[in-house]
Amino acid sequence: MLPVSVRRRAGPERANINAAKRMTSIPSPSSRTARYADDRALASMLSAYIVCATIWLLFATAVGVLLALKFAWPELLSNSPALTFGRLRPIHTNGTFYAWASPALIGLALYVAARSSGTRLYSTKLAWLTLLLLNLAALAGTITLALGFNDGDQEYREWLWWIRVILASGLITAAWNLIATVARREGKDIYLSNWYTIGGTLWTIIIVIVALLPWYQHGLGQVAVQGYYMHNAVGMWFTPLALGVFYYALPKLMNRPIYSYSLGIFAFWTNLAFYPLLGAHHFLFSPLPWWLQTTAIVCSVAMLVPVWGGSANFLLTMRGRPERLRRTPAAFILVGVLGYLLSSTQGTVEAFRSLQRVWHLTNFTVGHSHLTMYGFITFAIWGGIYALLPRATGKDPNNLLMGIHFWLATVGVLIYVVALSVGGTVQGLDWIRGAPFIESVTDMAPYWLWRSVGGVLMFLSHMLFAWNVWTMTYARAGVAGAVAAPAVAGA
Amino acid sequence: MNKLLAIAGGATLLYAVLAVLMGVIPGIELSRVPPGPGVGPLTALEARGREVYVSEGCAYCHTQQVRPLPLDEVFGRPSAPGDYAYATPQLLGSERTGPDLSNIGARQSSEIWQYIHLYDPRAVVPQSIMPSFRWLFEVTDEAPQGLEPVPVPKPYAPAQGVVIPGPDARALVAYLLSLKQAALPGAHGDSAARAATTAAAATSMAATPATPAAPAATAAASSVFDAAEGAKLFAANCAACHGAQGAGVPGVFPSLHANPAVAASDPSEHIGAVLHGVHGKSIAGVTYAAQMPAFGPMLSDRQIAAIIDHERTSWGNHAPLVTAQDVAAARAKR
Ligand code: HEC
Ligand code: HEC
Ligand code: HEM
Ligand code: HEM
Repeated sequence: MLPVSVRRRAGPERANINAAKRMTSIPSPSSRTARYADDRALASMLSAYIVCATIWLLFATAVGVLLALKFAWPELLSNSPALTFGRLRPIHTNGTFYAWASPALIGLALYVAARSSGTRLYSTKLAWLTLLLLNLAALAGTITLALGFNDGDQEYREWLWWIRVILASGLITAAWNLIATVARREGKDIYLSNWYTIGGTLWTIIIVIVALLPWYQHGLGQVAVQGYYMHNAVGMWFTPLALGVFYYALPKLMNRPIYSYSLGIFAFWTNLAFYPLLGAHHFLFSPLPWWLQTTAIVCSVAMLVPVWGGSANFLLTMRGRPERLRRTPAAFILVGVLGYLLSSTQGTVEAFRSLQRVWHLTNFTVGHSHLTMYGFITFAIWGGIYALLPRATGKDPNNLLMGIHFWLATVGVLIYVVALSVGGTVQGLDWIRGAPFIESVTDMAPYWLWRSVGGVLMFLSHMLFAWNVWTMTYARAGVAGAVAAPAVAGA
Repeated sequence: MNKLLAIAGGATLLYAVLAVLMGVIPGIELSRVPPGPGVGPLTALEARGREVYVSEGCAYCHTQQVRPLPLDEVFGRPSAPGDYAYATPQLLGSERTGPDLSNIGARQSSEIWQYIHLYDPRAVVPQSIMPSFRWLFEVTDEAPQGLEPVPVPKPYAPAQGVVIPGPDARALVAYLLSLKQAALPGAHGDSAARAATTAAAATSMAATPATPAAPAATAAASSVFDAAEGAKLFAANCAACHGAQGAGVPGVFPSLHANPAVAASDPSEHIGAVLHGVHGKSIAGVTYAAQMPAFGPMLSDRQIAAIIDHERTSWGNHAPLVTAQDVAAARAKR
């Protein structure tokens, strides 16, 4: 232990200390007046991002619950084409991806960029434009999917091309704002969070463009691009942005610097080296070239390096401070970190050919999708919001409601993931046994029912979360549960 | 600023290189894979059907990729790169809530079955959780000229009028029926050959760990009737129409309980029906609009014998058994 913590004091790690200092120091009265307007602008920007994202979360997961119920009652709301499973499913996935998680993460990233650089946002107007573009894309995407315009059933890029151009413009404006804000920073060093958020946003612009251009996407060629796209969207977009939230919010909540700054940088570069190569693991045993599939498997194993390195860094930052972990924002982050660690390790195990034979194409994958996108990403966002939004607006949420939100969501996602992991295994073994196909459908029935139970708990937790967001943003201070917190400038 | 440039620029550049290597270049290369033998473009109607398939999101529950694994053999031969030359957008899928459809045109060739199933899947597969797609159909008082109404079984049919497939339903079914895997060079219909193509496809993809089942060993033990095998094959190939218990769907697909061909001690009609299919034959006074598909090209002699023996010994039937040799002899006669 000792050598690491000693080395921590040297070199670029100073930035960490500086940032930590900035987080706790209170500026002089004169600069406080000067920054008052900036703080207000930043707070209203962040509030708007979080409120919009929350509305989309409610919508997209209400759709998720309906989808889950359709597995038990396929005739539920089955008379309108707009409400058929095959149209609602991409509305659910794109909605949670690009209307819930993305705006929430971009809002947090912009806030963190300004705060950790000790400056104001480069342009609040640009931030509003980004939000407008993201909402526009989500609205257009949802409506067109409901009308049956689906760009080829290519998962997570089903929106028509022009809608994805709007999404890409949103990302470009966000990247510009992030970079320009960090360029205005006080010190020389760039805080770690900004590495991850700026990197993630720039990479994602490339991902969206590669996925958009049609020239090299015919037949099997499109299969290769789709494999690349699916895990790059989750691994090079949501993952780095959520890690950026961890790197900023965790030191704040623990009131100590991140355990090892250099480990964070190491994880950054290894993540970049391995994640882009593992896309073909979505199409194992398909006619894609065997070398591409093998590369994907090898890199899926190599991903353990950044995943375990990053998780250890977060867990060591939390060590020995149980009293702080019990406070709710930190508990959300703890689940998020564990979600990252467990789900990514699960992903590695799942990528082996021997286990793909059982789990590929089954509901086990859907369990993995939710352990990652929910247990990791969504919890990270919640932790970030509960940790940072009250500091921005000066309004605290009700502690009890926050606690209930935490437990409903945690228990709900646990039921969801366990049910589908067991069910998916049963499904895969049915196929291997050579049972008639329909048996794998009837055998899943109880597990699908349990998934709905977990899903309903999750959805209830989102309603409480929405209420909490309201109290942290637009509610008048003092209204039902909203607690006025002393606004600490520079928080 | 320089540090920012180095991090942001360096990471972006590195990522761009990896994205080109892992996304764009494989895309370019594999987009050029030539069509396999017998793989051709879709007709205009089938292509329209494919668009309906995409817009209704069938691909979220159905794959179109048969893996070189024993558990996928029920869906056809392993998919080959050349199968996808005309398949844009690709519809390989990532989840198999419903069966693989790569070869559905061969596995379930009855247009009428497809229409009933799309109108309400539970009309033919009671346990199904597939959505119904009723808006692809029209309900009218009378079938217009030149269009046959879909014989939807009573409990699932509208109270009034007849069900007519709309243009999108016709296109979709034309597309589904076009999904037939072209035979790979040197392959035949029987399971030994199918296993052999599994091995061939596997080796062509370099070191596959897949171990195709040893066909020779199982084929040897043929004269004894394997009841479990017969029941399994019946469930996989026949139950969709004749029902899991052989009771059929009244007026649409005949019951096999006390069916004259099944009950007869001379099995030639029974064998002939399964090998070559049946069309327009009146059974117990009912004429069926749907066809009984021919299974000769899809199943081996041993498998057909097992299915026939399953039928001859189930649901109160007690007819003499047949052997793979009987089936082979009937095959040779035509
Ligand atoms: C919610 C998932 C789901 C969706 C969406 C779905 N299916 Fe299915 N499908 C199933 C299930 C489960 C079965 C197996 C039970 C049965 O035969 O109905 C099935 C069976 C089938 C079969 C018979 C396969 C066989 O081997 O017998 C065909 C053909 C089919 N579906 C076509 C379609 C088409 C075309 C669409 C889109 C218009 C579609 N499905 C949408 C779940 C789905
Ligand atoms: C697409 C639906 C469908 C499938 C699948 C199907 N059948 Fe049939 N079957 C029919 C229809 C329709 C008839 C009646 C045809 C007629 O009378 O014109 C029929 C008739 C029969 C008959 C009676 C023939 C006679 O001469 O009386 C037998 C026996 C039979 N099927 C066995 C099977 C077996 C065995 C399988 C599986 C290997 C099978 N069927 C699969 C639709 C189907
Ligand atoms: C080391 C890290 C990871 C590895 C090795 C990994 C591996 C895998 C594998 C092998 C699959 C395909 C499963 C199948 O089709 O059978 C998969 C699917 C998926 N993964 Fe991961 N995973 C990792 C981390 C993550 C993370 C962090 C996220 C989210 C942020 C994520 C999101 C998803 C999603 C959404 C799918 C489903 C894709 C689809 O089929 O639609 N994964 N993963
Ligand atoms: C109330 C909470 C939720 C419920 C009930 C729910 C339910 C569902 C259902 C039923 C499916 C379809 C599965 C299938 O086709 O077999 C699905 C797919 C998916 N959902 Fe959710 N969901 C919820 C929340 C979320 C959230 C918050 C996210 C992301 C942030 C998310 C991401 C996904 C993804 C990526 C898939 C595709 C899975 C795959 O292809 O493997 N879900 N969800």
